[in-house]
Order: sequence, then C-alpha cells, then structure tokens
Amino acid sequence: MKEIILIKNGELALKGLNRSTFEDILIKNIRKRIKPLGEFEYRKEQSTISVIPVDDYIDMDEVSDRISRVFGIAAYSRALQVEKDMSVILDNAPDYLAEQLKEAKTFKVEGKRSDKKFPLKSPEISAEVGGAILSKFPHLKVDVKNPDILVTIEIREKFAFIRGNQTKGAGGMPTGTAGKAAILISGGIDSPVAAYMMAKRGLVLNAIHFASPPYTLPQSEEKVHNLLRKVSRYSGNICLFTVGFTEIQEEIRDKCPEELFTLIMRRFMMRISQRIADREDCKALITGESLGQVASQTLNALACTDAVVEMPVFRPLIGLDKDEIIKVSRKIDTFNISIEPYEDCCTVFTPKHPKTRPQISIIETAEQALDIDGLIERALENTIINNICF
Amino acid sequence: MSVYLDNSATTKPCEKSVKKALEMMNEKFGNPSSLHMCGFNAKKEIDSARHILSIFLGCEDKEVFFTPSGTVANNTAIFGTANAKRREGKKVITTMLEHPSVLKCFENLDEQGFEVVYLKPDINGKINLDELSNAVDENTILVSVMAVNNEVGSIQDFAKVKSIIKNKKSKTYFHCDAVQAFGKLQIKPKKLGIDLMSMSAHKIHGVKGAGALFVSNDIRISPYILGGGQENGMISGTESTPMICAFAEAVGDIGNVEKNLHNVTAIRDYFVNKIKDVDKVYVNSPQDALPYIINISVEGVPSQVMLNSLSSMGIYVSAGSACAKGHRSDVLTAMGVSPTGIDSAIRISLSKFTTENDLDLLYNGIIETINRVRR
Repeated sequence: MKEIILIKNGELALKGLNRSTFEDILIKNIRKRIKPLGEFEYRKEQSTISVIPVDDYIDMDEVSDRISRVFGIAAYSRALQVEKDMSVILDNAPDYLAEQLKEAKTFKVEGKRSDKKFPLKSPEISAEVGGAILSKFPHLKVDVKNPDILVTIEIREKFAFIRGNQTKGAGGMPTGTAGKAAILISGGIDSPVAAYMMAKRGLVLNAIHFASPPYTLPQSEEKVHNLLRKVSRYSGNICLFTVGFTEIQEEIRDKCPEELFTLIMRRFMMRISQRIADREDCKALITGESLGQVASQTLNALACTDAVVEMPVFRPLIGLDKDEIIKVSRKIDTFNISIEPYEDCCTVFTPKHPKTRPQISIIETAEQALDIDGLIERALENTIINNICF
Repeated sequence: MSVYLDNSATTKPCEKSVKKALEMMNEKFGNPSSLHMCGFNAKKEIDSARHILSIFLGCEDKEVFFTPSGTVANNTAIFGTANAKRREGKKVITTMLEHPSVLKCFENLDEQGFEVVYLKPDINGKINLDELSNAVDENTILVSVMAVNNEVGSIQDFAKVKSIIKNKKSKTYFHCDAVQAFGKLQIKPKKLGIDLMSMSAHKIHGVKGAGALFVSNDIRISPYILGGGQENGMISGTESTPMICAFAEAVGDIGNVEKNLHNVTAIRDYFVNKIKDVDKVYVNSPQDALPYIINISVEGVPSQVMLNSLSSMGIYVSAGSACAKGHRSDVLTAMGVSPTGIDSAIRISLSKFTTENDLDLLYNGIIETINRVRR
C-alpha cells in the first residue's frame, strides 16, 4: 500500500500526433523536478501519467508541491494504491480521505473498473464504498450532480486506486516544447512575472541582467539570482548572463543628451541581448514592459527599442495593469524579493525629463557620438555566466 | 590587500581572542552550571573573565554581568529598571541619538504608558544638559544617554549627567550605552556615577556573541530575561563561554586607552586635514568627537555608490547615515547637514590598528570615485 500521484495533461491532449513527444517531455520535466526527493517510476496510460515512488519514506507533500509548479499539467491528484480486495478498499477509503471528507458537506463515489474480472461491478463498488464513508462520516450527504468531493475508486490491472478531488495544476505547456528565449531581467516586479508567463507557454529560459558597479551593488545581482531561483521552480534551470554595463552607461551619460539616456541605454540592452540570444540559440527576447508604465514604455519608445532587434520580442505584460502584475508576482513568490531597495542599472542616471515621444532619427544621430560596436564587444567580454537552479 | 575602516560596525577579532575562543570550545566546553570538573573548569574561566572586566572598569566582580550582545545589555538595563521602579514613577528620558536597541525599548515603554522624553542633539551632535535638567523630576526613574554616538562619534557629557540627577534630589537611575566608547575612552562607571553601562565584545576586537552590563551595587533592577538563573539570575541562558572568555582577552589586549586615543587622534587629524580641502567634501563629525569615527559627505556621490566603489577597491566603510528608505538620519538632520549631504554621507571608523597608509589609500579611493562619478 503506497501513495502515488496521478497527473492529467493540460492542452497536450489537443496535440494530435505530437502528443507522445509532448508527454515524454513532460515526464522528463517532472522527473528532473522531483529526482532529488527519491526514486520514482512513471507510467503513461490514456491521458494520465502516474508517478509512483519506489523508495519508502518519500515526502509526498513535497512531491506534490513540486508537481503543482510543473507546466503542462492541467490537474493532479494524490491516490492510495491498494490491493484489489474489496475489504481492503473499504477499510482504507474513509481514513485516507478523512481530511477532505471532514470539511465537505456532500460527496459522490464513482467506481471504475478496467479489470472486468473484478467480482463487483462499478455501481456495486460505488454503493459499498459510499456506505463505508457514510458510516464513518454521518454528517455527509450524497449528491450525484454537484458533490463537494468526488471519491474515485479505480480497479486496474494490478492494483486498486482510491482518490478524492483533483487539484488544479500549473497549466500551460511543458517547458521545452516551445523552444528557448532570453528574458531581460532587472530586479523589479515585472520581469520575473514576464519570465514566468512565457515559461508557462513552454519556453526554456535564459536570462540577461545588466550590472553597473559601482553604481549598482553586488546585492542587486544577488537579488536577481534570488528572483530567478523562484522562477526556476516553474521553469526549470535558467542560465543567467550578467553583463558589465558600467562603461556603456558612463559613455551615454558623457556623450548623449540627458533626456535620451534611458532610450539609448535600452537600445544597447536589446542589441547586447540579441547577440547573446543568437549565440545561445534563443529565438526570441522577453521583456517585462507594460504599455505606458514609464517613459521608456510608451508606444514611441518601444518602437525605438525594437528598431535595433531582428528577432521577436515578447512582452507578455504589455496589456496588464500594475496590480494585475503584482498579483502574479505574489503568486510566484517574487514580490517580496522585488521590493528590496537595491538600485538597479535602470535607475542609475535616470534623466529628470525623459523623452516620451522620441524620434528614431534623433536617437540615431545622438548615438553617432558612441563607438557602438566597441562598447558592445567589451560588454560581451565582460559577461559572467551562472546557472540558476532551484 | 584590503583596508577595513568599518570598525564601528565590527572589528576583526584579535589573535588572543580567537585563540581563547578555540581553547574554550576544544578543551573547556563544559556547561558552567554543571557540578562536575568539566563544568567547574568552564566556570572558573568565566569568573576570571569577569575579574578582568571588573579591574578594567574599576568595579567589583559582582557588578559585571555577561550578556550575549550589547543589545541584550541595553534591553536588560532599560526594561529591568522600568520593571523594578514602575511604582516609583512613570517618566523616562533618553536622547534622539541612541542606537535602535535603546530607542525601540523606549518606544515600547511609551506603549506601556510611560512618559518618554527624547532629548534633541544640537549642531555639535550633543544633547543640551539644561534641557536634561529641566526634564528630570521626582517622577523620573531612568535617564539613558549614550556615551558616543555611532553615526558621527559625538561624545556626550555623560560625566555630568549624574550630578544633574543628584541636584534634582531624584532617585533616577542613569544608564549609559557605552558600546561605541568602551575601550576607546576611559570610562570608570562607579567614579562617574553611572548606574548601568552596556558594552559589546566585537567592537573591541573580541568575538561576536558576547557583551556585558555593568550594574552598580547601589541599585536594583528586575531581570528581564528569565530562565535557568545564570549570571546571578540577571541574564538567564547558558553562558557562551568561548565568546565571554575571548571578550576578556580582548579587554586585556586594549593596552593604554589614553595612548591609543592620542595615536588615533593624530591619524584622524592627518586624514581630515587632507580630505576637507577637496571640493564639496564636508566633515560632519564635530571637532571634539571620538577620533575613531569620521563622518563625511562627498556631494555628488551617493553614499551607496561611494561605498560600493570603495568596496570594489578593497576599502570598506559604511554609509554615513543609518537611514531607512525615505527617512533621513535624525542625528545628521539635527546637526544641520543638508539633505544632499546626508544622502552622500559615509562613516569611516578606525581602530587602534589603523595606519596613515590605510587612510592614504582611502583618500585616493575617494578621489578616484569622485573623478569618475561626479559630473
């Protein structure tokens, strides 16, 4: 008798002939995430994946917590695997589900048997288990249409399974089924949320951070590591490129008009990110920009930054309000890290009156004062790579 | 090579301290309360550590209580007094200069219904003794004044506090937070009429995890931390024998306080004379401050940028103002430092081991940073 976890695929069922590949990737992702907790076996049946612990003493609370954050899972439930013996089932079902049943007002039992040699038929299984539950929890009422708890008893080839309600999974697509993209991460509230949202659609993430010591503190780099560690609980490992950005910022400060500082800086960030993305086989960039949130995120400003990039730039937060973004950041537990008060490179040298309706031609003229290629090369040489994993 | 100039935050433990702590951990690890030899040997060590402190302070052994930190010493002094004397009066007096481990206790007393008076520092970072005199009355049970301020190093006239209390014929206890002053200024609490005095080991090249509270024989306070009755019932909790004995070693290693003070004053003056000629650099510490602490503002270079830039050169100082975000230091504000001055303040804190060469390197680091950052 042991506890297992049954996993229902998300949108995978829609993917026709690719389904098996997608499922294999999902299993691989689950395996990676829970491997540190012990040894498990995996079984694929119809649209369900069973995760079966091989070792004793595995912390199943921790296993299901980790599984709750794996993308590509629509729902999952913990189930008790028992012998195919009605008396064992009747003994165990009420106790195993006691916590859920105590809280509920109504329930329904659904018997299912794929093993047609089992002596009882499905409706008989339901009736007997229902009776056993009622005798232990007399406060419950049966409701076959809309029960608080649906108790499922499944009789399969080797074992019987007892389970209660399903828990909603993280949704989305399995990480790695959509390719790879690079997120520009600052340390604020928005970029980790953007990273999470795109990882949810199946992307493997690389991350790019710009550091400007001494204007930025080592603590703000540490903060980015901590943020990505939280995101990696959903996305899996993230390769972080920390780009030395001081020289570029100082050059812009010294040689370009103050009101264009942020825009020119962001164009450099995009150019450098594209170079890293190309090298790392990332097919898109991701930013945490939201339309109109700050001066560099107006439509004109976004057009100016996009003008230096040739790959798609995903901005999953573009239509979200700040409070909607914060809601997600609390959910993925990055909010409290994001609000730590360390300066990041975006707030250094911020102009008092930044341009909100910049013209590309004016910016291009201003940039002529800079050795763009040389600055980029030196910044790329001055890049540190870290692997961030949960 | 690094230049450590943040000695008011903490100091590097001296060799003797480290050696003693290791000896206590490796060989005399017993619980001083245990009755067997292993415990007895540890107890003997604590007794002799206490004796070293009492000689240094010019008091009796039983007036020295070891604590886990300066913070616990401050909490015990303040709450211990409030609990013992709350029937005699409900007025307590402190200053706006104090460390949070004092200020937070007074905030708590305020919530408990005590009347709390906060004395303001003047332009020299000192409290006005007339104001203190006006505030003390027969209802006052405690005056807490720090010896040396941790942000700018201003020295309070703590020697005069007791006579003010006496003139008022008040039974007020006088607590002095001497964490920054201990070992750097000659302070004999009994001689100065200090009833309670807090100290910390790691500010004088001891190890983190030990402090002490002097409690005069003439007064009674209620224990604040309850438990197994260690430290004569004053500070319960198994004594950290390695840290306490290392503390005593550090005290023994202080040497001549006056001579150290003389030497540090000379290097402080050397540095201040150089740096004050730099454009838009202001020395915030008053002339008569403890020379171990130098607070300066470098306008045009935010504190964090200066700190980080120096840090990348292996030079360690701290931001000049212990300010929460959006709240500027009360001390610097009261001393008339401008907001831009406060935002660019750094604190350089020396030890008796600091050399002129250290401060030359600091000077060069500051100039280099100014040239890079200021526009």
